[in-house]
Formats: sequence, C-alpha cells, structure tokens
Amino acid sequence: MRRKNVRAVGTAAVAVVAMLAAAGCQDSGGSTAGGDDKQCGKIAIFGAFTGPNAGLVIPSLNGAKLAVKEHNAANPDCQVTLQEFDTQGNADQATPIASQVAQDSSFTSVIGGHFSAETKATMGTYEAAGLVMVSPSATAAELTTLGNKSFFRVVGNDSTQGGAAVTYIRDVLAAKKVFAIDDGQTYGAGIINEVKKGLGPLVVAEDRVQTDQQNFDATISKIKSANPDVIAYAGYTNEAAPLLKQARAAGVTAKFLGFDGLYDPQFPAGAGQSAAEGAIVTCPCLPADKAGGTFSADYEKEYGIPPGSYGAEGYDGAKILLDGYAAGKRSRAEMIEWVRGYDKQGVSKYLKFDASGDVDRSRVVIWAYEVKGGQIVAQQEIKLS
Amino acid sequence: MYKGDFVNFDELFGHLGQHTVDGLAKGSIYALVALGYTLVYGVLRLINFAHSEVFMVGTFAVLGVWGLLGATDGPSLGMILLLVLAGLAAGALASGATAVAVELVAYRRLRRMNAPPLIFLITAIGLSLVISEAFGVWQGRIVKGMPTVIVQEVWLTIGNTRITNTQVITVVAALLMMAALDQFINRTRYGRGVRAVAQNPDTAALMGVNKDRVILLIFLVGGVLAGAAALLYSIRYGNTRFNVGFLLGLKAFTAAVLGGIGNLRGALLGGLLLGVVEVYAATLTSSNWEDVAAFVILVVVLLFRPTGLLGESLGRARA
Repeated sequence: MRRKNVRAVGTAAVAVVAMLAAAGCQDSGGSTAGGDDKQCGKIAIFGAFTGPNAGLVIPSLNGAKLAVKEHNAANPDCQVTLQEFDTQGNADQATPIASQVAQDSSFTSVIGGHFSAETKATMGTYEAAGLVMVSPSATAAELTTLGNKSFFRVVGNDSTQGGAAVTYIRDVLAAKKVFAIDDGQTYGAGIINEVKKGLGPLVVAEDRVQTDQQNFDATISKIKSANPDVIAYAGYTNEAAPLLKQARAAGVTAKFLGFDGLYDPQFPAGAGQSAAEGAIVTCPCLPADKAGGTFSADYEKEYGIPPGSYGAEGYDGAKILLDGYAAGKRSRAEMIEWVRGYDKQGVSKYLKFDASGDVDRSRVVIWAYEVKGGQIVAQQEIKLS
Repeated sequence: MYKGDFVNFDELFGHLGQHTVDGLAKGSIYALVALGYTLVYGVLRLINFAHSEVFMVGTFAVLGVWGLLGATDGPSLGMILLLVLAGLAAGALASGATAVAVELVAYRRLRRMNAPPLIFLITAIGLSLVISEAFGVWQGRIVKGMPTVIVQEVWLTIGNTRITNTQVITVVAALLMMAALDQFINRTRYGRGVRAVAQNPDTAALMGVNKDRVILLIFLVGGVLAGAAALLYSIRYGNTRFNVGFLLGLKAFTAAVLGGIGNLRGALLGGLLLGVVEVYAATLTSSNWEDVAAFVILVVVLLFRPTGLLGESLGRARA
C-alpha cells in the first residue's frame, strides 16, 4: 500500500514537471514574439507540410519562408516571424490549430489553408478572431461565395480552372468521350462539377473514389466499358497515383488529365514513370521560369531545386502580408484592411482582390503541364475564353 | 447531381463475370490476411489488431528488396523469378518477425500478468498505431510506387470476361497457401498442438504441449502468410504506404468475422465473399460505396448467424 502511494506520488510529480516544461516552452516562444520591439508581426502558416499530399504544398511553404527571410534581411527594425502549423492536409487537424492561433494575440495574420477542405473548416474561426487569411492554393469555388470577410487567395478559383480544363479537353485533346472521377472531397467534388457542367454530354460515365482507397478494379472496369479517350481526375496524389498505375497496368490507354491537386512531384513518382508519362495536369499557377523578377533564381539558390507548384503563389501570399508590416500595420484589423486594399504586381501575377476575396479574374493564368520522363513540365498556357 | 450514385445494373450484369473475377482476386488477399486474425483468435480469443501492420511491414520489405535487386518495369523471366522469390522471402521474413516480436514484446507479458481481455485489445490497437506511425515518420507519409514486376496480360477470355495473369497468380497462390495451412493444422504434430491449445489450454499443457511455443508458432505462421499476401499485393497493385494496412486489415478482420472467426475455411470464404460484394457494390453505384456494402453484408450475416457463416471452430478439430 505504502509503496503504491509512493509510486503514485512519483508519477504525479513527473507529470507536473512535464506539464511545466511544456508550458515553459510555450511561454518562451510567445515572449520572443511579443517582447522584442523590433518585432513587428507574426504570421501563422498552415497546410499539409507532411502527409501523402505534402509534395503539392512544400514549394508554397518554401516560397513564404524565402519572402520572410528577404524581408527580415531588408528591414532590421521590423522583424517578422513565420510559424508553421502542419495539418497533413486534414480538416480535422486544421481546426484545433485555428483555435490555437486565433487565441494567441501575437499572431496578426495567416497564410493558408493550402487545401480547400481545411480552409473551409477553419474560415469561420479565423474570421471571428478578425484574422486575415491569404491562401496561396485553396481553389474550391465555394470558398469565396460563402460571404467570408477575411479570406483572400492569390490563385484563381476552380470555376476558372474548371473552365480552362474544359477548353483544354475539348480543343487541345479533342476528346469525344470523357470519364470523370473525383474523390468526393471539397476540392475534388467542386472542380469535377465545373468540368461536368462545361463538357455536358461529352462526359459519358463517372465514378467517385474514397480517401486512402487502394484497389481500383471497379473503377477500371467502368473505364473499360465506357472506353473514353480522356479520363479527368479531380483529387490528390494519394489516390490518383495508385489508380493511374493500376489503370495503365490493366491496359487503359486513355489520356489522363488531373487538376492542380496533382501538380506534385510525388504523383509521377507514385504512379511510376511509365504509367504517368503523358499525363496532363492543369494548374492556376505559373511555371517557375515565368515568374516575375528574380524569384525563380532566388528560390533555386535557396533550396537547390526550382520552385514547383505554388512556389510563386506562396511567396506572393507572404509578400502581401510583409508589405503590410513594413507599412506600419500592426493589428489584426489593420492587416485585413491592408490586404483588401492591396494593389501591386506580384511575382505570379498582378495582385488585387475583388469584393469576395478572389484575385482579379482577368489576371488569372492557367497552365497545362505534362508529365515527361517522371517530371512535371510546363506545356502551354490555356487561354481563358 | 451525381450520376454515379444511381444504381447501374447494366454495367454490373453486362460484365458480371469480369466483376466476379476482380472480386475473387481482391478477396484472396483479404483471405490471406484474415488467416492471421483467425489463427490468433482461434487459439487466444484475442483480436490482434497489430496484424494489419504485420502486413504493412511485409510490403515495405518487398519494396526494399526489389529496390536492392534493381527491379525495373517488365523484367526478363529469370529476373521475375528472382524478384518473386526474393520478395516472398523478404516479405515472409519481415512480417513473420514483426508478428513474433509483437507476441514476445507485448502479449506474452500481458498473459503472464493475467491481464483482462480489454488490456490486450487496447495494446493491440496501440501497437498498430506505433508501428504504422513509425513507418510514416521513417518512410514519409507518401504513396511509394514499386516497379511492375509482372506485366498484366490477359490469359483467358470467356465471353466478355478477361482473366489476367496476375489475377490467376493471386487466386491460385492464395488457395495453395490455404490448403497447405489446412494440412499443417490437421495433419502435423505441430498442428495437433495448436488444436489442443485452442480447445483447452490447461489440458493441453497437462498433456505436455508447450503453450507458449504453440502461440509463438501461430503468430509466426500468421505473419508469414501476411508476408505472402504482401508480395501478392505488391505484384498486383504496385505501391504501398505507411497506412496501407489499416483499411486492408479492417477488411481482412471483417472477412474473418464474416466467415466465422477462428475458422480457417471461414476466413477463405469470408475473404472471397467480401471481395466480390465490394466490387459488385462499387460497380452498382460508385467506388466510395464499397465499404458501406461490405459492412451491411457483415451486419446482415451476423444477424442470422452470429458466429459467422461457418461458425467458430479452430478448436473443433475440423479447422
């Protein structure tokens, strides 16, 4: 009995020490942000920095880090901290992060979300806290139709991308029969709807897969009986890579077209070079070498690889906020006003937002990329009609 | 409006043979993994949820050994043979070792302490998470593509049903392993020990059966079969990831319960049935409905036959 008590007290003591240590860490993190008078802002960036679809998001994170680094070097009296929050692209993990950031008054702006579902799940929390969100890559059309006052994105939305994809499928690929697949998530279901609306009767059959699905026999059978010349896939690498691999192995030769969710180096890697060869990916993102200024060279110098998907957009998103801090904006409310009134050339496009938070539609560029030798390379710009 | 959510009978009945073959091939892998659940349950009355990770480790072993041997898409016949044998050895070794390690590290100690069944269950779930997350950290949480070692070819065409080489290999290999296991449990001295412990551990111990050794053997055999399943999976689907075991393990467990957990032939029947039902459901509506169909079937079967289709019977000497 006595021994048991001793053990219980010991366990409790260890637990208390551990909790104090954890609290201590958090305190020290907070004080460096608030206590220093050269500190003029703290940005939270959230997205899938690890996880099956992280390849799509890492360039954007790197772009934002680069912008912050340049800013801090150029403005010794106005230092900005960028704190990363990894959601693995999962709305369930993004929600508690949003509450944490909203409650920490040292954060005055947010970059994110990178995927549409995590953005949709957290918009309300950030808006209630008066925090501005600038997203480099959340494209679902519905995000800007819900009346949110503090969400802005530097990327074209999926009704624009869907329209461009329709043009590409109809005019460039000259498709007669299209098989549409989506993953049932906010992003996938949203963009496939735009495509189906645009293509009308050209879509002869469809299927919907689910997250983490591994076996696609049923989908492949449906593809074979529909015998399409183009497969349009709306979703992410995690399901698209095994699907494409299995479809090619089963002898499906139709052209495979995905959207920006597949602009991810892991997509050709996961599907295998021969299966992915020739696959098309559309993206409202600029090819790296077309970005303005010295961005592409700076990025490559910093990270040793050219910026992939959304590198320029991540840089732009951060730059908008950093310009605000440089102009003396300090509070959450001032930052929202700053972003709303922003009107300047960025590296990916001219940055100016309309009333709903979308970037000026006339400035949006959509590109088609092609998988060649395991790499995703720019093929051609899709002119918006 | 989502077209796929409407019932598409034309597709299902138009290619019924094809969907059945697809389902059987899918179900054979479930069946092989289900054997691991059923063997352990039959002897210990324990649901070893870590078994899904035993399978996952096997797929990574296959991936690793293929990488070491420099496997490429569509290799020569000699190379195929080498890759399949090396993959089988690596998968069986890694999965077997993982299963044995799980028993030695966790369950044996718990048995010594006479832990209640709930403790075993939560330990199994915890172990499963630990192994899977460890691989997630080590290998990244991404889809790992593997080379296509056996290029799919249509071997047989009956009507509009095309049967491919990998489907035949999967089903035949699974059936052979099932038959071998059946013989092992029913005809060998070790198998008699297994049945004895399953029937009554204490009496078996009095008759001179080393209980711990029998249990270790069960974990080893279940692990080796999961390793073989991992090889078949790698050949057929050509990729893996850290959480590949989760859904597949859940399905295999379902298959085991469907057929009657603890019953070897039940695992086979449950696995094949589940595979076919899933493919039918996915064809009839859309692929995201296959899990719903699988579990509806499970519930309906358990309503009428609470012990599964063939009943729980590892200990009943018939296996």
